[in-house]
Amino acid sequence: MKRKFNIIESTCVPLNQENVDTDQIIPARFLKATSRDEKFFGDNLFRDWRYFPDGSLNPDFVLNNPAYSGEILVAGKNFGSGSSREHAAWAIAGYGFRVVISSFFADIHRNNELNNFVLPVTVSETFLAELFDSIAQDPGTKVRVDVPAQTVTNLATGRCETFELNGYKKYCLMNALDDIDYLLQNKDAILAYEERRAKT
Amino acid sequence: MNTLFDKIWDSHVVTTIEDGPQQLYIDRLYCHEVTTPQAFEGLRERGIRCFRPERIICMPDHNTPTQDQDKPIKNEISRKQVETLERNAREFGLTYYGMMDPSNGIIHVVGPEKGLSLPGMTIVCGDSHTSTHGAVGAVAFGIGTSEVEMALASQCILQEKPKSMRINIEGALGKGVTAKDVALFLMQQLTTSGATGYFIEYAGSVVRCLSMEGRLTLCNLSIEMGARGGFIAPDETTFAYLKGREHAPAGADWDRAVAYWKTLKSGEDAVFDREITFDGSQIEPMITYGTNPGMGMAITESIPLDADPASLEYMDFRAGEKLLGKPIDYVFLGACTNGRIEDFRAFASLARGRQKAASVTAWLVPGSWAVSRQIREEGLDKVLAEAGFEIRQPGCSACLAMNDDKVPAGKYVVSTSNRNFRGRQGPGSRTLLASPLTAAAAAVTGIITDPRALMRDA
Ligand code: SF4
Repeated sequence: MKRKFNIIESTCVPLNQENVDTDQIIPARFLKATSRDEKFFGDNLFRDWRYFPDGSLNPDFVLNNPAYSGEILVAGKNFGSGSSREHAAWAIAGYGFRVVISSFFADIHRNNELNNFVLPVTVSETFLAELFDSIAQDPGTKVRVDVPAQTVTNLATGRCETFELNGYKKYCLMNALDDIDYLLQNKDAILAYEERRAKT
Repeated sequence: MNTLFDKIWDSHVVTTIEDGPQQLYIDRLYCHEVTTPQAFEGLRERGIRCFRPERIICMPDHNTPTQDQDKPIKNEISRKQVETLERNAREFGLTYYGMMDPSNGIIHVVGPEKGLSLPGMTIVCGDSHTSTHGAVGAVAFGIGTSEVEMALASQCILQEKPKSMRINIEGALGKGVTAKDVALFLMQQLTTSGATGYFIEYAGSVVRCLSMEGRLTLCNLSIEMGARGGFIAPDETTFAYLKGREHAPAGADWDRAVAYWKTLKSGEDAVFDREITFDGSQIEPMITYGTNPGMGMAITESIPLDADPASLEYMDFRAGEKLLGKPIDYVFLGACTNGRIEDFRAFASLARGRQKAASVTAWLVPGSWAVSRQIREEGLDKVLAEAGFEIRQPGCSACLAMNDDKVPAGKYVVSTSNRNFRGRQGPGSRTLLASPLTAAAAAVTGIITDPRALMRDA
């Protein structure tokens, strides 16, 4: 799942709903997998919204609407609340999203996305509302996410905002490096820390 | 600044990455079967071992059945997940408390009760309710599987330091009001995202007077307010609870530890990013009516008129109506929220001399074998059996219904767990979160009942 980020320009899938929790993103029954199979998790993203209990497709759910596609998921406020399951981030990545735009992300989930090379972009409420409008008017609306510049632009209206991303994570995303790579290079500091603490 | 949170956190920082997160040293990593297989797989792919195996404890809890644990788990996928954890623990040389092991139980119940979670520690687990361990005065929080992999590989994780918040609950709690009600009240006040980005320190006279079990319940629910975690500065209650526990320091080490633990408090001049104070005497027994834990109210109240219509539709409730008197189908006592001995004592105190309502299916699931043993030692099993209740074997059980304990679609369950999300306790299940007392009151009457009405004056 490690991949390099630079500039992403894509149409969006709008999920205009607040407080989408991780149980909805990937229901608990799919947590039983013991591997990180992208396809498996991607196939079950929003499982209970995408399918009826009898297994048939729910045509009203946005992921099943052929008008919408793209690498960007646009979601309502407080996205990813609830359980810390990283499976939610695997499902989002596995489905093929590279960016999630919302006005507010739950903490742990935001980290999980970053650790799985999905970029959470926090925008203002105004930006989000306008973006939902643009997409409603034209499903072909594109958004441009410029990682080096840390800007997000609604290409339908031209509205542009900067988003937060610390320098370290930006470096990791742009170079397809993860935190474990960093920590493994840093063993000496850990040993020094342990020694320091043993003395106090 | 100069908060206890700062003290514990800062003393665990190995390095601070420029324009990035901090590298935080982890004293204790707990692993359960659901969120770790991919982390161990990652180690294998990288060809590395665990850096500090002695700091890591593994036990299955989410998938364990609550009956016939001595037999193989019937569900093949559940069995595979549990077996995978055992194999990983053995391969990487980690402590493992398997099913039926007298030390097994829900991690968040077992950690404190074995003295594995201690004041001043940093504690993580791939589970959001890791905040529970904050009750002993530790900085404890849930992490994702990638971070589990980091901790396995290096005993460190990369984290940005959360902001600090102090919640003071002053005054005293009224009759029939428990730590669970305090937490449900806080969630109602703050909403499920009100503490996002913060680490909470709970303080004030109500918190000081809570037992360790009550503190564990309160800290457990920090995550439901969006907080990374919540903790309580250690005090005499903490020390008394930990003394003599299997992994707590002993002898001269104990004295040294306590001397250090006594220094673990926020300074008089501590400045929090946010501080709020509530009056504990205003809190009543609480119950939820909706599909997130913030949708709660005092049990005597009516559902707010502005309640989210979609949630009410799912629950088949109407705005403005009361819940008192409504029939319920299931009762669940257990989970890392309320699966400890005090919770069983509370439940039994109302069940004693009464009978389970015929219409109610009750699942009483201790949080660990240690709790289960104590229930027997105190004779609570007999009291409960006479009232028509049976005690099951420990595990997460109906809290998230990964095992067989699933509430059927459309059925109402008064549950002492921590989440009432749609389908959490079984597809289509309708959860009302409440305290063990309120759960007991519902179990013996078959309807939603104010527990105060059934309480005998002690
Ligand atoms: S009891 Fe429930 S909340 Fe606690 S660890 Fe188990 S599943 Fe999670």
